[in-house]
Amino acid sequence: MASLKLSINGKSRSVEVNPEMPLLWVLRDVLGMTGTKFSCGRGLCGSCTVLLDGEAARSCVTAAEYAEGKKITTIEGLAENKKNPLLKAWIAEDVPQCGYCQPGQIMTAAALLQLNPRPADADIDAAMAMSPCRCGTYPRIRKAIKRASQAGPTVGQGGE
Amino acid sequence: MSTSTLSRRTFIKVASAAGGGLVLSFYLPGKESMFAGTSKDEAFAPNAWLRISGDGAITITVARSEMGQGVWTSLPMIVAEELEADWNAVSIYQADAHPSLYGSQSTGGSFSVRGSWMNLRNAGATAREMLISAAAQKWNVARTACKAKNGFVHHSTGKKLSYGELSAIAATLPIPHSVKLKDESAFSLLGKRIPKLDTPDKVYGKAVFGMDVRVPGMVFASIEKCPVFGGKVVSFDGTKTKALPGVVDVVQVDDGIAVVATSTWAAFRGREELSVSWDEGKWANQSSRDIRELFRESVKSKGNTENYAGDVDSAFTNAVTTLEAVYEAPFVAHQTMEPMNCIADVRPDRCEIWAPTQNPQAGQNEASRILGLPIDRVMVHVTLLGGGFGRRLNSDFIADAVKVSKAIGKPVSVVWTREDDTQHDWYRPMTYNVLRGGLDKNGVPVAWHHRVAGPSSRGLVVGGSTPPYAIPNFLVDSHIKDTGVPIGAWRSVGPSQNGWIVESFIDELAHTAGKDPLEFRRGLLTKSPRLKRTLEFAAEKAEWNKSLPKGVGRGIACVESFGSTCAQVAEVSVDRDGSLTIHRIVVAVDCGPVVNPDTIEAQIEGGIAFALSALLKDEITIEKGRVQQGSYDDYRMIRFDEMPKVEVHLVQSSEPIGGIGEPSVPPVAPAVCNAIFAATGIRIWRLPIRQGDLKKT
Repeated sequence: MASLKLSINGKSRSVEVNPEMPLLWVLRDVLGMTGTKFSCGRGLCGSCTVLLDGEAARSCVTAAEYAEGKKITTIEGLAENKKNPLLKAWIAEDVPQCGYCQPGQIMTAAALLQLNPRPADADIDAAMAMSPCRCGTYPRIRKAIKRASQAGPTVGQGGE
Repeated sequence: MSTSTLSRRTFIKVASAAGGGLVLSFYLPGKESMFAGTSKDEAFAPNAWLRISGDGAITITVARSEMGQGVWTSLPMIVAEELEADWNAVSIYQADAHPSLYGSQSTGGSFSVRGSWMNLRNAGATAREMLISAAAQKWNVARTACKAKNGFVHHSTGKKLSYGELSAIAATLPIPHSVKLKDESAFSLLGKRIPKLDTPDKVYGKAVFGMDVRVPGMVFASIEKCPVFGGKVVSFDGTKTKALPGVVDVVQVDDGIAVVATSTWAAFRGREELSVSWDEGKWANQSSRDIRELFRESVKSKGNTENYAGDVDSAFTNAVTTLEAVYEAPFVAHQTMEPMNCIADVRPDRCEIWAPTQNPQAGQNEASRILGLPIDRVMVHVTLLGGGFGRRLNSDFIADAVKVSKAIGKPVSVVWTREDDTQHDWYRPMTYNVLRGGLDKNGVPVAWHHRVAGPSSRGLVVGGSTPPYAIPNFLVDSHIKDTGVPIGAWRSVGPSQNGWIVESFIDELAHTAGKDPLEFRRGLLTKSPRLKRTLEFAAEKAEWNKSLPKGVGRGIACVESFGSTCAQVAEVSVDRDGSLTIHRIVVAVDCGPVVNPDTIEAQIEGGIAFALSALLKDEITIEKGRVQQGSYDDYRMIRFDEMPKVEVHLVQSSEPIGGIGEPSVPPVAPAVCNAIFAATGIRIWRLPIRQGDLKKT
């Protein structure tokens, strides 16, 4: 066990955990932040995606100690700002079906837009290809990313 | 939407804060409403389906499970339409398991909307008429001078009262025995693109799935099960596991070893250190090759007659041309993104469960059986489901949590790993099918014989195998064999594999007869006008007769399932190295009255993605009794960049209301396979399509 200081959505949180515990489980089971989802535990699907210093990271294979000292942004952080253009676009396109993978999809898209505010279709393909959605919401995810890309910055508020 | 009434989220909090006793008291016999304090706040709750409080907030009960198909929106829309409610005042209440209050709550068979259609319309209309009566009484005027509209009752003089203002009076009135439903042409909400009520919470990460429920004092657990179906624990050693930080306990629960811990991760890790000796049972040496061999042998003899017409044997004797083909469908898994999980809190005299289940009453029955408690001492709260697709009709994951909570005396969240989920599914059956067709001298089919061999469950194997075509002599016969592999409903069930088989083989017959596949089908759909219209509509929208660029092939298929008809035209090309590109899929669907067109389109797209994964990606195979696939790397689904363009067209229809969650699945594989044939001359007889299958030799 170790005492870790994590910066989550702009707030400092102290946790007593096994430093190897993946960030996903620190968020979910230690801090009760259940917006970040478990689906494979091996970094294969992206349902657990969060931002570490603005870059997409799969929290199910990211040890908590690795995240110490980095700015962690989760879906809850992004959602602190309801005017976030990405979230607004996601709602406007009514993207989710079951909704389970959607926080991870949104965080993956947020990282894309941060790097590339006006992505072409091929850029969107490359960024989203490793984030499967069993409900097949892909066409609407594409529309939402395009809509958001025309509306302004998507991260940097709420979480940072 | 209003946030002042009970949402799913606040309800869970209320339930856990108040404790099981109070929650259970909602279910005292004879109590008409499940809402506590109904009389105190002058709420009007004429039936189990809705409640209007004094402030005008309308809460509509959803007694089916929300798994992405949109019932949290479509079902309240039906009530609100008849109620003449202000849609902005509506929020929903997810019903707990309660058979006598709600009837069946099983969410399957694309049945939620069509199965609730009349009930919910009646519920809304009843409340509307009572609100009108309340206004008439208050104003002391004739009912006929009053009209309900958008949350108000209006009088012919122009005065109006809101539903909130009328709710207290309405609650004192007798419930009318019969009410008039609105004419469908007067619908103002149904048929509109209404955003789903659960979308914002899902986007904000606030939506509560099974695994997201938190109960005071709960622990986490995961269960090591025998990798071979039906295997049993001989002995185990949990010493190393118990020494790990975070592990609370190691307990045997029937045929598995549960690691109980302070986090899900510690429970998963603890399983890695377990030492378990298994009795792997009678299936320990079985492989899917063995199962295929068993099926292949069994189809050599006549099977159990499932359906027939005419005399198929003499029809084949007289046929001028006969054609035979073997179609093979593999085991496939559901792969919901949220793995199986459940939370249970078992106490000596009661049990409370939170489950992402399609079938809360089955879970209630299962817990009651395990614990020996009466049904009304078992409460099942339905959370959101991170995908269902038929997997969550089973209650095995609920049983897991109940058994662990019973063993340790605490509330517990039992979570399966992705690998558990893939390897202990209830799979779509693997089947081996011999198809024979006979044509007369004009190329008209006179005989059809489908002999199928498959595992354990007849309905899942033969469902959807009867062709919709007017073929005077046909026979479907089956061999059902025990393989030990659990078999279950997989989005669109029997038609998901039999639609592919029937629609591929009819295509083979069309080509053998030298006829256009569309015209061939049209000529044979004399008994199925709805399917024929849908087929024609798809062909028209896809411009079937327009020529395509060189190398592009077009395929068509149509299947009636779950009360709706769906036809699809796929356009594909195959390049020299055998890789397939699906350029577009044009879909026509007739589901009768349209509740929410936006949801329908989403369901059709989703069904196509689901079907394409089974067609183009991986199968479940078995070796030494074990499922060989585990996660998203060896049991893949189609990726974002592989999703073809999908065009959805709804048939203007006066047909009865049909389902929408499943009917788009069955036509996908045959439309694509028929297009592949058109493009390349290669016929796909075995799924999934493998690397190299499309390479021309």
